[in-house]
Amino acid sequence: MLIRVRPGWALRESEVTDEGLWRARRRFLSVAAGLAAAPALARAASEATMTAPLPDVRPDPAPPPGERPNTWEQITRYNNFYEFGTGKRDPARYAGRLRTRPWTVVVEGECERPGEIGIEDILRGFPLEERIYRLRCVEGWSMVIPWVGFPLRRLLERFRPTSAARYVAFETLHDPERMPGQHRRILDWPYREGLRMDEAVHPLTILAVGLHGRVLPNQNGAPLRLVVPWKYGFKSIKSIVRIRLVRERPPTTWSQAAPHEYGFYANVNPDVPHPRWSQRYERRIGELRRRPTLPFNGYAEAVAHLYAGMDLRRFF
Amino acid sequence: MTSVGVRVARGAALAAGALPLVLMGWRTWTGAYEPDPIAALADESGEWALRLLLATLAMRPLRRLMGWRWPLAVRRRLGLWAFVHASLHLGVYLGLDQYGIWAEIPRDIAERPFVAVGLAAWLLLVPLAVTSTRGWMRRLGRRWQALHRLVYLVAALGLLHQWWIVAPKADLTRPLAYLAIFVLLMALRLPSPARAGRGPGRLPERAG
Repeated sequence: MLIRVRPGWALRESEVTDEGLWRARRRFLSVAAGLAAAPALARAASEATMTAPLPDVRPDPAPPPGERPNTWEQITRYNNFYEFGTGKRDPARYAGRLRTRPWTVVVEGECERPGEIGIEDILRGFPLEERIYRLRCVEGWSMVIPWVGFPLRRLLERFRPTSAARYVAFETLHDPERMPGQHRRILDWPYREGLRMDEAVHPLTILAVGLHGRVLPNQNGAPLRLVVPWKYGFKSIKSIVRIRLVRERPPTTWSQAAPHEYGFYANVNPDVPHPRWSQRYERRIGELRRRPTLPFNGYAEAVAHLYAGMDLRRFF
Repeated sequence: MTSVGVRVARGAALAAGALPLVLMGWRTWTGAYEPDPIAALADESGEWALRLLLATLAMRPLRRLMGWRWPLAVRRRLGLWAFVHASLHLGVYLGLDQYGIWAEIPRDIAERPFVAVGLAAWLLLVPLAVTSTRGWMRRLGRRWQALHRLVYLVAALGLLHQWWIVAPKADLTRPLAYLAIFVLLMALRLPSPARAGRGPGRLPERAG
């Protein structure tokens, strides 16, 4: 029998606060104070869910001043990705069923070299860079996300678009076995999005394959997604399998589902309210006080000229 | 003498009203609502207000169909719990969701019709909650019943409020289910030829 003699300074095991409890309390306090979740704590809690690091990522040469990226935990546990359910936490729960290898993207339509490209070739073929962007959801919340990706323009160039290509249409994978949310016809699957050609080749428009320096988690649109930072989040289509270069403006999922609420352009615009709510303010995830929403999500200097002369109330 | 059925029902009403509050507190505390606890709290408290309101409306048909005494004995309690949850919902909106931009609230209400509808529903609940005591029932007499028929309007506005925020952005299963329950509960109130002669619904309804 082992008899332990306890020195006077030693605490009993029973006096140690249960780890779950103090973590819970820490989280509660961080919420109560309206602070972003304590980064060290969030890091510890989310290590288990982290994906592999991506090698050779060039740091963002021009990160947005004064913006601190949201944590891995926040970015990967609060997602709108109806292919895995309509709750914000559903994607993190159910996206594990998505297998992202093998994965090919078909590029077709008005181009000289239609064909397809595998995800491995994409990862090898384009130098990866970090882009720290604001993401503004049409629902009124926002995040700052350090994406890893490359300009969409680079990929399109490979397939040699012709002058007839005026728009680019994107499609998400349609496979209810891997995307259980597609068993229900909440939307007209597959999810479709589109950009005007000048928007598609804009240097801010990227295809992302990672975030926080790591492989893109399934719930964030693995293995390949679009990111258009000056538009509402629903334009940034996830898990892309098809890109078509087309002459006419392509139909897009949300603008088909509710044409008076979601337009083709969907540029972030505090002056054009959604029919059911104002777009003047947004809540940055992790903060309490709402902040004013900026025209074009703060990227007006870079993109406003694309819409010169257009009535943005009509083309919302 | 309070019957066992009534006592059990009172316990159940307390659980139905208080347990969701405990649950919401616990989830906030443990971080289960992260990373957007404000939206989660607003959604849950609003949904519980609706559920409890529908439960309140279910009491009279239960009494009629089953002949039990307890439903009417807990009806006012359930209604009060619905008011508590509706007030929490409004509090989350005013105190947390709009934190720091309070000057914007009037404009928010004017711009977002579903906010106005929700606010109207809550305002109509206030007099019902205030007059839910025995003293007020006595003082108002027959007018008490007439006043408390407002609850139908409150439920309808609450359902519209929820419908408006959800549709068509998301999944309508739950709003449709609540609407179906509401329609059913209203239909059960229609006088039917079979019931017309007996009219157990006219029995004393003030118990509890």
